[in-house]
Amino acid sequence: MPSDINRTEILLLGTNHNTAPVEIREKLALRETDPPAVKLFQELPACQEIIFLSTCNRVEIILGTVRPDDAREQVIAAWARHTGLDKTLLQDNIYIYSGEKAVKHVFRVAASLDSMVVGEPQILGQLKDAYRTASEMDCSGPILNKLMHKAFSTAKKIRTETKIASQAVSISYAAVELAKKIFGDLRGKSALMIGAGEMAELAAQHLKTSGIERLVVANRTLERALDLAKSLDGEAVSLEELEDVLIDVDIVISSTGAPGLVVKKDQVKRIMRPRRHRLLFFIDIAVPRDIDPKINSIDNVYLFDIDELKEVVEENKAERQKEALKAERMVEAELIKFKSWMQSLDIVPIIRQLQQKAEMVRQQELRRTLKNLKGLDDREKACIEKLSQSLMNKMLHDPIIFLKKGAHDSHRDEVLSMVCRIFGLNGAGRAISLENYRSGKNADVKTCRSKQAG
Amino acid sequence: MDELFFQLTFFFYLAASAGFIMHLVSMRKGVDRIATWILTAGFCIHTVGIILRWVSEGHAPMVSFHDTFSFLAWAIALAFLLFQAGHNVKALGAFVSPVITVMMVAGLMHPRQVMPLPPALKSYWLPIHASICLISYALLTIAFCIAIMYLVQEHQIKNKRLGAISRRLPSLQTLDIMSERCLKIGFPLLTLGIITGSVWAESAWGSYWSWDPKETWSLITWLLYAALLHQRLTVGWRGRKSAYMTIIGYITLLFTFIGVTYLLPGSHSYAL
Repeated sequence: MPSDINRTEILLLGTNHNTAPVEIREKLALRETDPPAVKLFQELPACQEIIFLSTCNRVEIILGTVRPDDAREQVIAAWARHTGLDKTLLQDNIYIYSGEKAVKHVFRVAASLDSMVVGEPQILGQLKDAYRTASEMDCSGPILNKLMHKAFSTAKKIRTETKIASQAVSISYAAVELAKKIFGDLRGKSALMIGAGEMAELAAQHLKTSGIERLVVANRTLERALDLAKSLDGEAVSLEELEDVLIDVDIVISSTGAPGLVVKKDQVKRIMRPRRHRLLFFIDIAVPRDIDPKINSIDNVYLFDIDELKEVVEENKAERQKEALKAERMVEAELIKFKSWMQSLDIVPIIRQLQQKAEMVRQQELRRTLKNLKGLDDREKACIEKLSQSLMNKMLHDPIIFLKKGAHDSHRDEVLSMVCRIFGLNGAGRAISLENYRSGKNADVKTCRSKQAG
Repeated sequence: MDELFFQLTFFFYLAASAGFIMHLVSMRKGVDRIATWILTAGFCIHTVGIILRWVSEGHAPMVSFHDTFSFLAWAIALAFLLFQAGHNVKALGAFVSPVITVMMVAGLMHPRQVMPLPPALKSYWLPIHASICLISYALLTIAFCIAIMYLVQEHQIKNKRLGAISRRLPSLQTLDIMSERCLKIGFPLLTLGIITGSVWAESAWGSYWSWDPKETWSLITWLLYAALLHQRLTVGWRGRKSAYMTIIGYITLLFTFIGVTYLLPGSHSYAL
């Protein structure tokens, strides 16, 4: 293929929880650089478009470049320089994809198929943020804009059409899901946290974001309870007041380090009448258990312990894996669409050049002919004009069809360069001058911003 | 003419049941909406059919078993559609629409000829008493369906089975609230039905209450529902106990409605 057909390629360099340990990922994330990481890479001569994504599990550098080989070298060199890592060590810890593979990877990342917890929802938001940052810094461009929009819409489609994210796959989320199964809406409900533990705290936070109105924290030491209540925006009580609180709350999360039971069956039996038999949901994430397992047999009382929650999580994970297969198929389908869009990018300018050239020749010849033919009336002139036009259109018809078909041919590059040579086109269709490129880019960024707003 | 309407209605209800059950199994979006539309269409046809029947019989079509079942099916469909418009309890259609269809089948199994109305029953009280009773039955039917859903869901959660079945049903609290709403409307209507009945009995037979088996069983049913509602409102009974009581109440209701006529004939019996 002639070197003058400059096509933008998509190139991706990245690292994730599978390819690099956390110490290296942390460094590669370039979190607190000034200017922001995306700007650092944009300055590289071979990188026309760039998006830099970094989360706690992955770093991805997505590039649009007309010189992929140079871009790769430059990015690796710059990455090593800014992180202070050895270049070979860096190369050992990253993956590099180009073209179709890079696109597929972006789609999979956006759809959370490449995540440590498949289907977790944060990654899409993080990718959107990364894209927004890149857009604001003028780093993205027409190719990556399109890539991102496709990735977002594919991810959204997967989210709505498969059940990949419909079930909780962490203990704390599973607890919230269970609460919803019992209470439906958690708004206006109240929760009690007995003891302090990381998982209990996390569950309490999830409950809060799900609309829990009141949170009570009970602890052996009131001081610790006060601290925790402050950080979770709740009230603190001592363990002695437990029974009184139990009358009012709907959800109880227990995670004390106590060796024996903290909540006993008679206690709960006693409080059911004063609480007018309202449903009561216990979550016991302590080992050894805090809550008497026999409580589950009381009417309107439900108890899940840590093992049961784990089981729920495992089942949900298995379900997600099944849904992930469906999602992979959807990614493949979107990939094909994107590929044909990329390929049409090469064809369109060549077709336009072909038409422009023909039009130029036609205008030239028409002018010359009309100059030689004196004394024609308007109707005759129009006839000649029409003749030239239809000659041109008929002649161009087959080559254009040939080009359009050729776009999906395996010998596409040969086809394109052949056409260019036959018609004497310079073929620099994709080599939009840098000026045009940048200004065009701004326009695109604006449109996509307004799209996102809508 | 009204026979054609009855059959058409039956097929629409059958199709709606199939749709709701399909939705319950596949959980495909939109299927429930289609089923609701089919049910609504069936309900409209049913309404026309009942009006035609009223005109051709010359009295409210609530005397023979055929007509009464048909009216009950209509009332359940109405109550369900109104209820769904307000709350949209997921999966409820898959439980209620088969019951509607069963009521239609029960109607089909009884002769549809119009018997001459005994003179004692010729009164404007007939449509008032019968329709109030049947609408209260309809609401209590929905309460019964919700109670069954509650027991299934509660069984799943108590036994930590949170798979396919549990995912398809609403939350316990939602079901409990909905059940209470049905009871709170259904029970006063049942009371009103019994009162209008006794007023009518006074004008037709000269006595408010004559301990005819139908009356006795109505009273038993009423007492059961009254106890249930009383316990709910005063002590805060809910959940499983309340669901069981709702089911027991409904079985008694069905016996009052159907069983008494067959087994304990009295002055109240329908024209079979």
